[in-house]
Amino acid sequence: MTVQMIKDHLGLEVLTAGDLSREVTGCYCGDLLSWVMGKAREGDCWLTVMGNINAVAVAVLTDCACIVLTEHAALDEAAKLRAEQQGVTILTTDESAYALAVRLSAVIA
Amino acid sequence: MDSIKLHYDISATDFTRAGAASGDVKRTLKELGVAPSTIRNVAVAMYEGEINMVIHAGGGVIDVEITEDAIKMVLADQGPGIENVELAMKEGFSTAPDNIRCLGFGAGMGLPNIKKYTDEFQLDTEVGVGTTLTLKVYMKP
Repeated sequence: MTVQMIKDHLGLEVLTAGDLSREVTGCYCGDLLSWVMGKAREGDCWLTVMGNINAVAVAVLTDCACIVLTEHAALDEAAKLRAEQQGVTILTTDESAYALAVRLSAVIA
Repeated sequence: MDSIKLHYDISATDFTRAGAASGDVKRTLKELGVAPSTIRNVAVAMYEGEINMVIHAGGGVIDVEITEDAIKMVLADQGPGIENVELAMKEGFSTAPDNIRCLGFGAGMGLPNIKKYTDEFQLDTEVGVGTTLTLKVYMKP
């Protein structure tokens, strides 16, 4: 299941578009960046409320497939710019991480 | 392959630049065709080191040497040093201030992550003098 398909299936909104054809192989929920960096896996769809520039760096370093900002958490201008430069896909939803993860598990299982 | 040496100055309190050095090393390793898992280990360890320098030490310097067998990183700062290394190595222990926690740091995973992602880990620290981390990640085939 690609990022594009997940976006379409779950009705997510695109804030920055990187490689939408990337395969999503898992999901990780978390907001403490070091924690996420230690635990998230390559290809994960990362659900978080952290929309700052450091979150973009963590997404790049862990090579996750995309970031989803849950509960419409704000995305900083600087973070948006950096994500565009580095080709990081950032999506947004009004749902909580829990609610979205439940729906996500049904489509990537 | 000849060894490649890279040097970075990490400036104090600039969170928007933190990650620039590890990002650069990541790109270099990618161009060299290094295994993705090795690249990830190096990038995560270095980024954690950069963040630590910015949060705790007022910046520092990072020297990276890439050889055929390994990537060696030396991260040196002249910050306050670590009073209790055993505690600092414990997952979840953090001395980061609240404003740093608001940015998503201060999980107390920095040093444990660095250790987890490196094959060799040496921490030299002295209170009032500074901290030097000497790290090695082996090249995987």
